[in-house]
Amino acid sequence: MPAAARRLQPPLPNTWGLGYPRCMDAVPKQPPPGGEDLADERQLVARLRVGDGASYEQLVRTYGGRLLAVARRLVRNEEDARDCVQEAFLQAFRNIEKFEQRASLGSWLHRIVVNAALMKLRARARRPEASIEDLLPQFDADGQRIEPEAELAVSLELLERREVREAVRRAIDQLPDGYRNVLLIRDIEGYDTAETAALLGLTPGAVKTRLHRARTALKSLLAPVIRGGKP
Amino acid sequence: MKAEKTVFKKLSALAMRTMPLMVTCQELEGFMVDYLDGTLPRAQRRKFDLHLRLCPDCWRYLEAYQRTISLSQAACRDPDAPVPADVPEELVKAILAAREKDA
Repeated sequence: MPAAARRLQPPLPNTWGLGYPRCMDAVPKQPPPGGEDLADERQLVARLRVGDGASYEQLVRTYGGRLLAVARRLVRNEEDARDCVQEAFLQAFRNIEKFEQRASLGSWLHRIVVNAALMKLRARARRPEASIEDLLPQFDADGQRIEPEAELAVSLELLERREVREAVRRAIDQLPDGYRNVLLIRDIEGYDTAETAALLGLTPGAVKTRLHRARTALKSLLAPVIRGGKP
Repeated sequence: MKAEKTVFKKLSALAMRTMPLMVTCQELEGFMVDYLDGTLPRAQRRKFDLHLRLCPDCWRYLEAYQRTISLSQAACRDPDAPVPADVPEELVKAILAAREKDA
């Protein structure tokens, strides 16, 4: 999988006296899953392949916490998250022969647990998807924004505040699943468009559209936070 | 002040309509994901940049859009959350027991 945090390009010319968007690259990059030395990892894989009993426990203890964090983000329910992690490890044990070692073991496991979490989400009772049209920008006949965009008046210290982080997570959870899942897999788990499309069974174009709408809707939901610093 | 803004907006709309290579705010929306991914073809990127030079609303919009991404990443990687390496003991046992059964 790609680096977990997508690096935003520093794209903008410095115009309007507003400077560069201040948030870019401000968020610490999440370390890629894994972390074992390659040699250790190869040794662990070799032991798993010959059915060494201790190697199963080592795998679970090494990667279980990280995978549980991923599952919690996606399914929002501790019991379901643990089920996903268990299912992911069982799949990994069964399919260790198929692990090609082109990616790291952590990346391979990450993908398996994301798939397990998505299966769990699909299996849940489906609700009709709520509309997010009201959260999207409106344009006039000339294609110009109807609502002027307010200037940001918030510092990066905001990110340090627990209540702000909770408000952001609540806002993400307000998004309909079809948008929330794309946002989490692209922006949080760090998969690229093609990988996200494969995981979700969508076309790359649909992923981009949903991602943009999800980010835009989230931006509207977070407007009080982004502009005023209050969740 | 409001009148000045209205005049500016009208002039800006005129520029958007009449300038060659210019895209509207609405068209800009369709480029945003690729623009930030750095995958926008050069010609479209030029149009995007040109529009941003002329449109403070879109500049601010993009800034808030990027801030939203940063906030969501920061919120989901909560430093107060349990250390990712921690895996509950009962989960370890459940997984190993399930493996025994599955074997």
